[in-house]
Parts: sequence; C-alpha cells; structure tokens
Amino acid sequence: MGELLDVVGGLLMVAGSGFLLLGALGLVRMPDLYNRIQAATKATTLGTLLTLLGVAFIRPEWALKLLLIGIFLLFTNPLSSQVLARAAHRSGLVRLPAGQVDRLAEDTGEKS
Amino acid sequence: MSNLFIPMTVLLCASMIVAGLMSIWSKRSLPIVMLSSGLVSLLASVQYLLLAAPDVAMTEAAIGSGLTTFLFFFVLSRVRGGANG
Amino acid sequence: MAEFLINLAASLTGVAFLAALWRFFRGPTPADRVLAFDVLTIVSIAGIVFGALVEGRFIYLDVALVYGLLSFLGVIVVARYLERGL
Repeated sequence: MGELLDVVGGLLMVAGSGFLLLGALGLVRMPDLYNRIQAATKATTLGTLLTLLGVAFIRPEWALKLLLIGIFLLFTNPLSSQVLARAAHRSGLVRLPAGQVDRLAEDTGEKS
Repeated sequence: MSNLFIPMTVLLCASMIVAGLMSIWSKRSLPIVMLSSGLVSLLASVQYLLLAAPDVAMTEAAIGSGLTTFLFFFVLSRVRGGANG
Repeated sequence: MAEFLINLAASLTGVAFLAALWRFFRGPTPADRVLAFDVLTIVSIAGIVFGALVEGRFIYLDVALVYGLLSFLGVIVVARYLERGL
C-alpha cells in the first residue's frame, strides 16, 4: 500500500514538473508580454499544486501545511498576474503590433 | 545528502554568478539592477536551505530578497530625476 | 521506482528554472523581468518542496510559505512602481 502511494505521488510530481516546464517554455517562446503572462501563470499554478499534491501522497503527515501553501498560491498567483497585466497596460510598456485593436484602451478612453 | 545536492548547487551558484554580473553590467536602467540583486538574494536563500540552515534561509528570503528590494523601489519612486528608466 | 520519479521531476524543474532564467536575462521590458522573477520564485517553491521531501525535514516547508508571501508582495510592489510612472 505504501509503495503504491509512493508511485502515485511520484507520477503526480512528474506531471506537476511537466506543467512547470511547459509554463517556463511558454515564458520563453511567447511573442508578447500578455501572452507570456497568461501562459506562465496558469501553467505554473497548476504545476505547483500538482507537485504539492504528489508530496502529500508520499508524506501524508505533511498534508496540512502543504494544503496551506497550496491555498495560498491558489489565491495570490492569479491576483499578482492580474496586477502585473494592469500595470503593464496602464504604463504603456507594450506596443501592440500593427493590425491589432486595444478594446480596453477604447473603453476606458485612454490614449494607446 | 542525496544525489540531487551537487547538481542543484552547481545550478544555483552559476545562476548567482550570472545574476551578479548582470547587476553590475546593466547600465541602462535601475529597476533591472534592483531585480538582479534581488535574484542573487533569492538564489542564495535556496542555497542556504540546501546547506541545512532553514532559519538563515527564511531570514535571507524575507530581508535580503524582500525588504531590501521593496525599499529600493519605494525610494526610486520617491526620487525625482535620478532614475533614467 | 519512486526515487527515479522524484529525480526525473527534479530534473524537469531544473530545466524550467533555466528557461525562466533565460527570460529574466533577455526580457525586453521590466515587466517581463518581473514576470520571470515571479516564475523563478514559484519554481523555487517546487524545488524547496523537493528538498524537504528528499531530506525528510518538515521545517523546510515554512521557507516555502515565506517564498509564496514574498512572490506576491514583490509583484505588487513592482507593479505599483511601474504603474506610477516610468
């Protein structure tokens, strides 16, 4: 029984690390800041949660603190990515390529 | 001491050296320098943790990588004319 | 079997660390660097949890909690700095 739980936890950790790698790869390969934000944040959140779940399978007596870390990441990670995207949009750091429309700037009446 | 210790140490120390060189050589903008020095502190904290000193790692992460970087950004947003980027 | 899976997961995390570090060194705008810093912190949380699992010490998870708090506060502060003017 313990061996089976170890293997299941190891498989979950490999899946989580795969999602972390996919998020970092999206961080390298995506062409734009907003694409990078949405690729990196979602994938790394899921990857870290799967890794914590795998460790909780291997060591069941650590599950409470791992649950605490997971809930904390689940709350703060999308919030920080949203704040970063809003700051990048308001400070005008990202120049959109030709042919793309910025509906948010039109709605709020800012200059692009 | 496991077989993961040596590769993680090599990776962390090489990244720390490159981040330190970047914080020295980046002449264009001040936020890049601050983020690089914060990255050096972050990686040093993980290295302290690998050397089995969790209390030192916690202090380094909270003060060296957290408070110092935030204080630099706070001061840079208050100083006028000094920052060129 | 389980030890091999843990080593494989740690190797994949190391490759993710290198990729995020490349974006940190290369990023065109400061917002890219802040995003890469955030991703590096989250990957470091996974690495700390690996270290806690391998060493078998419960106290290492407190450092992971501090890292989560640090990542959130860092992004908030730098985003406010970028928003105010640059």
